[in-house]
Amino acid sequence: MNYHWNWSIFFEPAPNGTGTYLDMLLSGLLLTIETSLCAWIIALVFGAVVGVMRTLPSKAASRIGFAYVEFFRNMPLLVQLFIWFFVLPEIVPQDWGLWLKQMPHAPFYTAVIGIGLFMSARVAEQTRAGVNSLPRGQKMAATALGLTTAQTYRYVLLPMAFRIIMPPLTSEFLSTIKNTSVAITIGLIELTGEARAMQEFSFQVFEAFTGATVLYLLINIVVVVAMRFLERSIAIPGYITGK
Amino acid sequence: MFANFDFDVIRRSLGYLFFDGMTFTLTLTGLGALGGLIFGTLIALMRLSGYRLLGRIAGLYVDLMRSLPLVLVIFWFYFLVPYIGQWVTGSSRPIRVGAFTSSLVTFILFEAAYFSEIMRAGIQSISKGQPAAASALGLTYAQSMRYVVLPQAFRNMLPVLLTQTIVLFQDTSLVYVLSIPDFLGAASKVAQRDGRLVEMYLFAAVVYFAISCFASFGVRRLQARIAIVR
Repeated sequence: MNYHWNWSIFFEPAPNGTGTYLDMLLSGLLLTIETSLCAWIIALVFGAVVGVMRTLPSKAASRIGFAYVEFFRNMPLLVQLFIWFFVLPEIVPQDWGLWLKQMPHAPFYTAVIGIGLFMSARVAEQTRAGVNSLPRGQKMAATALGLTTAQTYRYVLLPMAFRIIMPPLTSEFLSTIKNTSVAITIGLIELTGEARAMQEFSFQVFEAFTGATVLYLLINIVVVVAMRFLERSIAIPGYITGK
Repeated sequence: MFANFDFDVIRRSLGYLFFDGMTFTLTLTGLGALGGLIFGTLIALMRLSGYRLLGRIAGLYVDLMRSLPLVLVIFWFYFLVPYIGQWVTGSSRPIRVGAFTSSLVTFILFEAAYFSEIMRAGIQSISKGQPAAASALGLTYAQSMRYVVLPQAFRNMLPVLLTQTIVLFQDTSLVYVLSIPDFLGAASKVAQRDGRLVEMYLFAAVVYFAISCFASFGVRRLQARIAIVR
């Protein structure tokens, strides 16, 4: 292979004046983590609400939940980001559109909202599966004790459901981190974007991508290990995973 | 909102969008799913083979692919495939590879990791008695896989495999980062040429939505039918 390897490229100064190439990748890593954490909060909040709606006795609520999930699940993430970024400012009233276009850090906010809502449909499906996996007796016992629907969810169903769906939620969080890389198409220079920039500045293609790969693997390992601890500490006694 | 909506730009570009763009997207999806399924089944067989080294290698491959974002993998292979081609053909310089070949290789190798997990679950869902009966009948390992285990595993997992193919169909839009005119890329080209971002992106969204919805509806019906038979 006639490719000139140069691993010390990481310690050479980058032409954009922010330090070495390694600093470039690390700042991309930071942005990836920030974006995915913010998006994950949106995904959890909306996903939990919509997932619960799908399990409610009310037909209307469950239909709205179904429509929400289908809407966000059946379009590629890239198309959704384009719609938030390019289409939304054009179809809202003109002064709102102007405000949206002049907003600083627009790619960041767009990515957070777009990826957050995209992932919320998946979180909703997991929440619904978690609530439905509980034995019927739990809900009946809560009703027999005189709890309202809201109280049943708050004190009986959700504390159980969320602990049961921890493992699938971990992989959804990992997907959120990976999906932030789609935002390079709307100009968010996160880890993949910085690796691409490094490749364009330095022509060291494979070193740049190896650097990004190693950093992504590190994030994955950290998240998996941290979640394993969390899962163990909140495991339900008496279940297979419990103590 | 639709006051100055230009439907004509969609009508004018329909031919380009569907004959060039959608053909590319669907071909990439079909061949990617087929290649990914074959390669993924091989990986699943490696993991279940009982040879520790083979299983370890296959496991590492799957874990690596599943922890990387698809966009990064697309970039990796875009630059790597010419060198792989040089190594395979033994030529003296990195060979030229077209956009389609490069993205096809990417999707086959990337999706194989996901398909292999599905096929592994499918193979493990077959009861132990089946391969045992096959070997009692004198079938070799290859024959028992080919005629007994894999057909059943494939059938059990068909809805999941098709759902993954719908995900793949949506993911092919990411070849946009290589400026390849797939369906979204074609829509985006027209959008930027005519300054009609709103119309083209909304139209692309509607088309993706319709196809995915229709396909997942079909998968749901298929699932119901398979469930009755079993």
